[in-house]
Amino acid sequence: MIWGSASEFFAMGGYALYVWGSYAVTSVVLAAELWLLARRRRTLLARLGRSLNAARNPSQ
Amino acid sequence: MAFRIWRFAAPQVFYPIAGKMIPWFMAVAAVLAALGLYIGFFVAPTDFQQGEAYRIIFIHVPAAWMSMFIYLVMAFWCAVGLVLNTRLSFMMALALAPTGALMTFIALWTGSLWGRPTWGTWWVWDARLTSELILLFLYIGFLSLHAAIDDVRRADKAASLLALVGAVNVPIIYFSVQWWNTLHQGASVSLTRAPSMATTMLAGMLLMALAAWAYSIAASFMRVRSIILERESDADWVRNLSEVKSP
Repeated sequence: MIWGSASEFFAMGGYALYVWGSYAVTSVVLAAELWLLARRRRTLLARLGRSLNAARNPSQ
Repeated sequence: MAFRIWRFAAPQVFYPIAGKMIPWFMAVAAVLAALGLYIGFFVAPTDFQQGEAYRIIFIHVPAAWMSMFIYLVMAFWCAVGLVLNTRLSFMMALALAPTGALMTFIALWTGSLWGRPTWGTWWVWDARLTSELILLFLYIGFLSLHAAIDDVRRADKAASLLALVGAVNVPIIYFSVQWWNTLHQGASVSLTRAPSMATTMLAGMLLMALAAWAYSIAASFMRVRSIILERESDADWVRNLSEVKSP
């Protein structure tokens, strides 16, 4: 094991801001992309479903 | 022809196949990233010059590689679309662009956070950094031009031309550290000579690169499936999809 303790790990030899700043922003950006992709699909399917129902039941 | 690969160029054939492959690529990405991060943070030694700051490499290099590679794949599909006029090619190119832009942003962001402790500056207008920034603008330009034209077919063609012209920037990024005297270091890994880094560092970086590949494939497949549904929303096969009938 290369780290003496957990605090040593999080300190990253004094480079915590740079190392964790890189990893944090990358995680946030990737999570945001996946969330946006899931939302796009959800809203699209809901819209397609609504227009399909409207075409089948024109009286409503 | 025993194996008709063109069959997969039909959106209604590709849509369910991509859907089945997404969870697998996501799982592979998660496993490889977990392994790569474990090696990167708990096995790879401290760098004797840069201390712990070098651990940014495990996202910086894979993201930078993906940013260039995705652009080439995108330009390839643009070329296929322009020559063969295949619908799915343009959709694939459009699906790749946002993920490529994201990878470019990550490469620039992590590079900036790496440059500050090692070079003493967040940003410098050297050839490598400037050409990578131009890559981000090319992705944004591709997406903006596509969004600005109402007619989808014309948008596909115009944006594809832009993507193809911009492809000249990718070799410029890659060779910038050789062609110009840059602050950015040269390649640590190349096909022609032994890598200039510790084996465990290299292993962590390559695992993260493979994870970035799997993630990018999964994300662009997710996006292309939405694009297919949007563009084919009037087709019978879309109306008959179980997820459309009962969302």
